[in-house]
Formats: sequence, structure tokens, C-alpha cells
Amino acid sequence: MAQTLFDKLWQEHEIKRLSDSQSLLYIDRIFLHERTGAVALHGLEAAQRQVRRRAHAFCTMDHIVDTFPGRTDKTLMPSGTDFIVATRHAAHDAGITLFDINDPDQGIVHVVSPEQGIALPGSTLICPDSHTCTLGGLGALAWGVGSTEAEHALATSTLRVQRPKNMRIHYIGEIPEHLSAKDIILATIAKVGAGGGAGHAVEFTGAAISYLSAEERMTLCNMAVELSAFTGLVAPDDFIIDYVNGRAFAPKGDDWNKAFQHWKTLHSDASATFDRKFEIDLTTIKPQITWGTSPEHSIGFDEAVPSIKQAATPAQAQAWSRALQYMDMKENSKLSDYPIQAAFIGSCTNSRLSDLRIAANYLASTSNKVAAGVKAICVPGSGRVKRAAEAEGLDQIFIDAGFEWREPGCSLCFYAGGENFGTQARIASTTNRNFEGRQGLGARTHLASPLSVAASACAGHLTTAEYV
Amino acid sequence: MRPFTVHTGAAVPLLRDNIDTDAIIPSREMKTVSKSGLAAGLFAPWRYSDAITRAKNEEFPLNQPLYSEANILISGHNFGCGSSREHAVWALAEYGFRAIMAHSFGSIFKNNAIRNGLLPIELKWPELEAIARWIESDPKNHQIMIDLKTQTVNAGPLGELIFEIDDQAKNMLLNGLDEIGLTEQLESEITAFENRDRKRRPWIYLTGD
Repeated sequence: MAQTLFDKLWQEHEIKRLSDSQSLLYIDRIFLHERTGAVALHGLEAAQRQVRRRAHAFCTMDHIVDTFPGRTDKTLMPSGTDFIVATRHAAHDAGITLFDINDPDQGIVHVVSPEQGIALPGSTLICPDSHTCTLGGLGALAWGVGSTEAEHALATSTLRVQRPKNMRIHYIGEIPEHLSAKDIILATIAKVGAGGGAGHAVEFTGAAISYLSAEERMTLCNMAVELSAFTGLVAPDDFIIDYVNGRAFAPKGDDWNKAFQHWKTLHSDASATFDRKFEIDLTTIKPQITWGTSPEHSIGFDEAVPSIKQAATPAQAQAWSRALQYMDMKENSKLSDYPIQAAFIGSCTNSRLSDLRIAANYLASTSNKVAAGVKAICVPGSGRVKRAAEAEGLDQIFIDAGFEWREPGCSLCFYAGGENFGTQARIASTTNRNFEGRQGLGARTHLASPLSVAASACAGHLTTAEYV
Repeated sequence: MRPFTVHTGAAVPLLRDNIDTDAIIPSREMKTVSKSGLAAGLFAPWRYSDAITRAKNEEFPLNQPLYSEANILISGHNFGCGSSREHAVWALAEYGFRAIMAHSFGSIFKNNAIRNGLLPIELKWPELEAIARWIESDPKNHQIMIDLKTQTVNAGPLGELIFEIDDQAKNMLLNGLDEIGLTEQLESEITAFENRDRKRRPWIYLTGD
């Protein structure tokens, strides 16, 4: 019977069917971080349980650690040091690999796991972090869980999982110039809705998607959770095999030959059926900037902020009205009318080398500087990204333009390191969530691509630019 | 885990869509490496008019004396979307909530809720609106009865409403089962899977243990 990519990955990992809708799945890799990982490890210890396969479990410091140069265990986050120290001890006691603060490869969990070859095509990977779906970009079946489920996976190498349905988002047409994977996924969420993927594993398909790099595919899949989807997936191909080859924890020698031959079989069969299907014409998508407090509140940079009259339901009208009030925005206004006080380039969505290159190229080629009164920060996703960027001189471009250049971590995506942008600040941000208060009390987050955020930082208001 | 069988209690409507886990408990409110001490941070952005002094926002339903006894929350689409932080469930449970009724849930939130004895109940939008209206008409006296075994919600004049729940989740909640303990009993099947799988996918099995 014809199978989807998701069906194949599910079948390969199914140990036992527990009911019509739930199966016991084998979990190949587990990644933890200091915010929720320590709680899971402590729970395990309290129940006198052990990590069943230590070599399959990893941990990094990203959610609480500071991103200031010269950082230590101390952080502005109240009691943050407790989390850092507790995680270090728990990871050490459990005997799992830890990318600690001073490790040259420390960084954001979803940047570290692919660049270390820990996340592999066709593997299952879980992490107590909702953006674990990022790794679907490599063709991994990866999803976020809570601390209790992480504990379950550590203790048993398995999870009891409710089987999601299959959904396909198929892109037609070519990707317009100046459009990034971030713009594509924001436009997709606006169309499908923040709850539109609930109960589904979403496969992104289409000729244009096969031209996206591994890093761009990770940006696309990163925000599958903002559709409330179980996860996002792109079928692995030669681009991905090349990306994985030679990485620290990737298969070697004979194992490598077996692995990549297997990975080539991981795609949806031509006649596979999906429970839900969407088709999106890429040629109609413009660079996106969000106006509201849900990622579905996304519009083209030159489109007017919607009027409440356009809402499809009374509930949506109410939500839009609340969002406009919170964001201090007017119906039918232009995004470029709104001055910003901050700009942020970073996060598991957009902190990889290709993201930084795009923003730096814009800054270098235009010689534009960060506008007066705008606090601009760039946080590379990992030590590896940071070193690679510095080797190309990108750090100096950011610094010369007026950006702060930081150490790797989640940073101002959500108060990591205890930092925020200040009460009611308006921020252009490459992150994934524009929720109320996410980046500061009453802070107004506008999600956009690295290029649009760099351009907005220099313009002093929300805008985009063209690739150079 | 605390079992859930039958529960009768007062409810509070918060009929908004897409209530995310940052709103349920912001990152800045998760102050200890523990599953407790989180109730004060529940809905902090909405509950307090000043985050520092904790001055109450009197308009927020949870702060109104009429809803002081509420232990069932009524909400809209996609409740608990966003971050996987289980702290959202721990905060709701510690505050005293036993059940959340919504049109739909964020999938990680729903899994977390089931594993902590907080019952997620999915109802249709008109049913949620009708229950909310009935509750608002007399919040102190209009109580809802939830029976997990029969998968029913009884809300006064609205009669019995049926909800769906997965059999495994229902069994865990009814009996307050430790899921890890259950899975540990399947160890021989897990090992047998690994022995087969190791031949198919040797590269997955890293050495070191």
C-alpha cells in the first residue's frame, strides 16, 4: 500500500500498537536543555530510574544562559544559575553528553543537533521544546514533548504516541527573488491558520522546496508547530545527505553507506494519500511581516493591516481587535508607519550561517547603519555558526553597522538570560512567536526574515529590502 | 498521578482562541527547577496589572470574587498552543484546575495535561458558548459535572454532552497510572525491537553504553 513519508517513519519506529490510535514508538535521539531538561532528569532520579541509553541522550545550555561576551553561570534571569548548575550536575550524573557553556560547540538545541549529526534523516528525535520539529527539515521525525514525556523517553527509549493524520502543503511555482523560507512559512501559517495543522504531521512538498538548502528547510519546518501541527517534514535528498556527511555523530564508513542508501527511500509514494491537502502558489507571496499576536497574523510588507470587518467569524474579529489594541496598531494602516525600538536576529528559526550572511550582505552592500534609537542584536545559533561567521568577517559587518554581536543561545526570543526589550517596545524579530509579552512586558513583536529585520533596523521602522 | 474519575465544580469562561503557554505562564515566572511554586505565575500577563507589584487586574475573570471557586476552565480554539513547557499544566493544576474545556488543544499541551491528571475536554464551539453563557448567568451556583468513565459533561439545562478521548489516555487518567512503569513492563518487546532494528539501521546505535 502506498505510504507517505510520515507513514514510513512511523512504521519503522513502531514497536507495538497500544490501541487503535496509539503506538509505542522507538526514540532514536533525545536532546535536553537547561530549562526543562533538568526537571526531567530530576524526575528520573527521584523515581530511581536511569537513562536507558546514555549514548543516545544529549543536553545543551541555551534557554537560560546569558549571551553577553564573557558570560559565566551567573545570569540576569532570577534563579537562572540554579537551572544551569542543576542541569550540569544532572547531565553529569546521568552520563549524557553535555554542550556546556564553555564548550566551543554549545548553542541552541535545534542548531546544535543537526550540525553535530545527532539529528539524522529518518531518525526519531524528541526534546522538551516545541520547536524540535525544526529537524523535520532533514527528514527526521522530530517533535516537542513535555518534561514528563522526556522522562519517559530517557527511561525507556520509547514514547506512547497518538498517531497524527497526514497533511500535505504543496507549493507550486518558483520562489520569487527576495523571498526567504521564513517568508514562505509565515505566509503559509496565515493561510492555513495557527490551529490549522492540529493533529497532523505536515509534509512540505513541491519542486521549489527541493531547491531549498538544509538550513532553509529547517526554517520552514521550525514553524510547523505554529500551525499546531505534530511536526513538519521535508523528504531527505542529496542536499541533505551532503549536509549530514562527515558531521561528528553522523554514521561513518560502512554504516554511512547503508544509511544514505536507506535515506534515499524516505519519501512519500506517488500515490500516497493525505488526509488534508493545501496548495500554495509561491509566486503570490511577498516578504512577510506580522502585525498581531499570533503567527497567523502575517501580511505582505506592503499590504494594509486588516480591518476587523474582514474577519471571517465573530471570534476572529474579537481576536483581531485584542491584537490591534495590544500591538497599538490601527486598522488599514501601513506597516512602514510604525517606528521600531529594537531589532533581533537569532533564534532556532533564523540564527544559522546562511541567515547571518543574508543580513550581513545587506548591511555591507548598502553601508546602512542601525537607526538612532534602535537597539539591534545579533545572536548566532551556536559556537560553530559564530566561528564560521567570524571567519568570514560577518561579526565585524554587524558591529560596524551598530549591532551587538553575542554569544550563542536563545537570548531575546523569550527572556532567555533574563533579558527583554523593555515595556511596550516594538521589535522587528527573526524569531517564531509574536505572543503577548514574549520579548518584554507589553512588548510588540513583529516576526520577519533576517533580511527584513536588518532593513527595518536601519530604516528605524518596519520594512523589507531586496537581496544583494 | 492524581486519578480523574468524576468531578463536579464551578467553572470560569475564558473564551478566547489561541491562548498560548506564554500567556498561561510566561518564561519569567518559571523560577525554580521544580514542578511546583508556579500557581502565582498562572496567567500573570492578564491577572496582574503590574507584573512587579502584582497589583490585580480586577477585570480578569480569575480575579473576580464570583469565580473564586472555579476549578474548570472554558476556552476556545487551540488552547495551550506554543511552547512545550509543562509548567503551563503544572501551574493550572496547582492553581486548582481539574479540567479544561476547549474546542481544541495544542498537541503537546494536551499530552502534558493527560500526564498530570488535568482532563482536556474537547467540545464543539456552540456547546462551549452555551456553557459559558449558562455559567456567567450564575457563576457561584451553576456547577458542571464531568464523568470521565461515561465521557460526559453535565451542565444544567444544557443536559449531557458527550466528549471523545483516546482509550489509553482515559485509562491512565481513571486509574492515575504511572506511564513509565507501564512501559517498563514492555522491556522485552523493546529489546526485541532493538535487536531487529540494529540489523536494519546499525548507524542509529551509538556506542558508549
